[in-house]
Amino acid sequence: MKPDSPHIALFIPCYVDQFYPKVGIASLELLEKLGCKVTYPQGQTCCGQPLANAGYERDTVGTTRHFIELFREFDYVVAPSGSCVLHVKEHSPSVPGLEKEQAELHHKVFELTEFITDILQVEKLDGKFPHRVGFHASCHGQRGLRLASSSELNQTPFNKARKLLENLEGLEWVELSRTDECCGFGGTFAVTEEALSIRMGKDRLEDHLSHKTEILTGGDMSCIMHLQGIATRNNQNLKFLHIAEILNQAIS
Amino acid sequence: MVSEEPIMSSREKILSAIKGISIEPKALPEIPDFHLTGELVEQFIRSIIGNKGEVMSRVEFQSWIGTAHFSKIISLSKTFEDLSNLALPEDPHELEDLGLAILEGQFGVAENGAIWLEDPNLGLRALPFITEHLVIVLERKNLVETMHQGYDRIGSAHSGFGVFIAGPSKTADIEQSLVIGAHGAKSLRVVLL
Amino acid sequence: MSHPENATEFLKDQAKAKWHDETLWFVRDKRDRISKTIPEWEQLRELASQIKDNVLANLGSYLEDFERNAQKNGIIVHWAEDGEEHNRIVLEILQKQNCKAIVKSKSILTEECHLNPYLEKYGIEVVDTDLGERIVQFLNQPPSHIVLPAIHLKKGEISELFHEKLHTEKGNEDPTYLTQAARIHLREKFLGAKVAITGVNFGIAETGEFVVCTNEGNADMGVHLADVHIACMGIEKILPRRKDLGVFLRLLARSATGQPVTNYNSHFRSPSPGKEIHIILVDNGRTAQLAREKFKNSLKCIRCGACMNTCPIYRRSGGFSYGSTVPGPIGSILSPGLDMKKYSTLPFASTLCGSCSDVCPVKINIHEQLYEWRQEITKTHGEFGKGLSMKLASGIFNSPLAYKISGSLMRSALKALPDSLIYHPLNTWGKSRNLPETPKETFQQWYQKNRS
Repeated sequence: MKPDSPHIALFIPCYVDQFYPKVGIASLELLEKLGCKVTYPQGQTCCGQPLANAGYERDTVGTTRHFIELFREFDYVVAPSGSCVLHVKEHSPSVPGLEKEQAELHHKVFELTEFITDILQVEKLDGKFPHRVGFHASCHGQRGLRLASSSELNQTPFNKARKLLENLEGLEWVELSRTDECCGFGGTFAVTEEALSIRMGKDRLEDHLSHKTEILTGGDMSCIMHLQGIATRNNQNLKFLHIAEILNQAIS
Repeated sequence: MVSEEPIMSSREKILSAIKGISIEPKALPEIPDFHLTGELVEQFIRSIIGNKGEVMSRVEFQSWIGTAHFSKIISLSKTFEDLSNLALPEDPHELEDLGLAILEGQFGVAENGAIWLEDPNLGLRALPFITEHLVIVLERKNLVETMHQGYDRIGSAHSGFGVFIAGPSKTADIEQSLVIGAHGAKSLRVVLL
Repeated sequence: MSHPENATEFLKDQAKAKWHDETLWFVRDKRDRISKTIPEWEQLRELASQIKDNVLANLGSYLEDFERNAQKNGIIVHWAEDGEEHNRIVLEILQKQNCKAIVKSKSILTEECHLNPYLEKYGIEVVDTDLGERIVQFLNQPPSHIVLPAIHLKKGEISELFHEKLHTEKGNEDPTYLTQAARIHLREKFLGAKVAITGVNFGIAETGEFVVCTNEGNADMGVHLADVHIACMGIEKILPRRKDLGVFLRLLARSATGQPVTNYNSHFRSPSPGKEIHIILVDNGRTAQLAREKFKNSLKCIRCGACMNTCPIYRRSGGFSYGSTVPGPIGSILSPGLDMKKYSTLPFASTLCGSCSDVCPVKINIHEQLYEWRQEITKTHGEFGKGLSMKLASGIFNSPLAYKISGSLMRSALKALPDSLIYHPLNTWGKSRNLPETPKETFQQWYQKNRS
């Protein structure tokens, strides 16, 4: 690591911190292996997305102010979540007195895979991961941050996560029937529209199972938490890993 | 100020409500001249078949009409004038049991098979709909690429009624199963000259 | 009933719900495939969006142009502030004609104005002539989809219904047979009607003409046999120029059903000699929506229904779950503008996945407007039980210390308590889903131990 390397802050979503510390560890180690200078600023809280999506964006000014103050000094902010990054960039309310800092910060916040492909400009990762991997595209990452082409649009297909995964030795990429259908998590939707949320999750799992996915991965642990919760309840034979975990394992 | 408010018509109320809203001006875009790649006739035929119609040559049409038995035929096509055995009535209700209408199309659009007809081509506006079967005669030289060229062709012409017909009457309202012949013509044959 | 309750009910018939999802997915897939055969597809969407932006910015003058040109062509133009006035205008025309039975082709606007029950109250028989609409009319139901009105019904149900209403053979479910029966039944209605009503897909300011698109040919069968044609048009259906139709007709059918164009696309400019064409320009909440900066561009909608076909919620909850005339994503951003309280659950019937915005042929940012409606709705109704718990959560997220305490409290609670006792949201979460296993330490704790 060069001493003048850009300083990267690791932004770990609250539920990852609480329930999936291994995803945080994998993200940190992965970035370090790729030669980054990474710090996890202490005192992180939830970004405010659950509140904002529930219609209370106006109550998240404090949360947002805290976020800006915590991360403004860094060159980049990287999170293993498309959803939280999208929220910070598009749905966090304007903070009085910090408008300039907020605008600057929004250009520095990245989802993990896009940071690796677009900023670190990694063309391919050398490593080994001999498994059949099914990718769940989180909607906020895909259609929000445009981390992959969306099936609705007439555009040249691309997928930033796939680019990183498909060169790994032994990895078999699972082609799904519906490449980018929502899993039904949707934050508070998972609870307020419980029946639909479960049905959508089951349908996604069926798509993966019928195409013989061995490990289901994705860039957002919230979708995976929901899918894993349903799969576990129904004794379905699937493993779940965040993409950071796969990449970190593969290149070690 | 007049204390009494005049009674406004709904027209005035709607227009004044709109006038009261300030909306940032947005320019009307020019439409680029989009084109279609590929051979026009081939594309047109493919489109009509996709719309569940049929395309025939003059010879194919003549052999088909020779074997078909229609008791009532109205032909407004100069090319097949002699096939008409019924004069155009004044009241379209009298067309109720018309077996076949043969009309002339002005031009056809290759990208989707839509054929343009106006009042002078129709005789009565109900004709292409109420007839059991429909034949449209079209000259190859009158094929255009896309709807854009189609509207260029129509230009600012004024006819009381104009219609793009692209196929027979169809529906998929029962379990999305395609059924031809909902209310209008049960078939469309395009004779390409 | 709220959307979640209706959706839960719909999902009880699992086989039918699955069929509904797959059938609409098939339509969306057809739309995807055909849109990808047009290299300039995304450019067309952008053009359509820009043309509609221009329309919204100049709506008043375009309406005046449209009126003037239509009148020049011999069309009689009426203006209606709301549904009630629209219905009254229709009734007056019918009474003048001494007309007791009318045929009507598909018009979502007349559904919105509740025209049928209004006319029936005055003893007028209204026959919806679109096959799907006739089916739901027999059942006394509204359409469940704006393009596919009877998509919620299986052919067995339609066969039963036709047996009862049209005396078709019992048990004959063949769609061709059933459609033929409807053809014979409706032909008689077409021949007997003196007045026909249609909706309007596009009204052209420059020429005063209007365009109606169908596949069945039912609109044309009705109006060309009748003496009087009444066309009902929302004021937002205006396009500036005739040539704009090139853009919109290329997008409409491809987006709606994945076909290259509807089979009949009729351009009405002047009545036939001796006949009348009336057009009713209807506001009914549209100017109010136009005044809402965040929501005004919902008025760009051309009613193709693509957002319904793509919506993972709509496909699995059915059109009736929305309880609004226009269901699905677009309905969920239009309806709260008409009655925010009544439709307060609709903007929440979404995961904000964004698929609706990506299929929309006029690029309405539907999912972003769903998000914005949520912000509005919570201001006026602090209810849903969300109010309190969310405020509480807000307090927690603002303060790192409180967050840490509540987080560890929550984690130890999860460890100690049986699932059934965990507080309400988690309880609902856990109904059909397991909770994640609780790790022994958080990432923060790990980081402090290993990296500080």
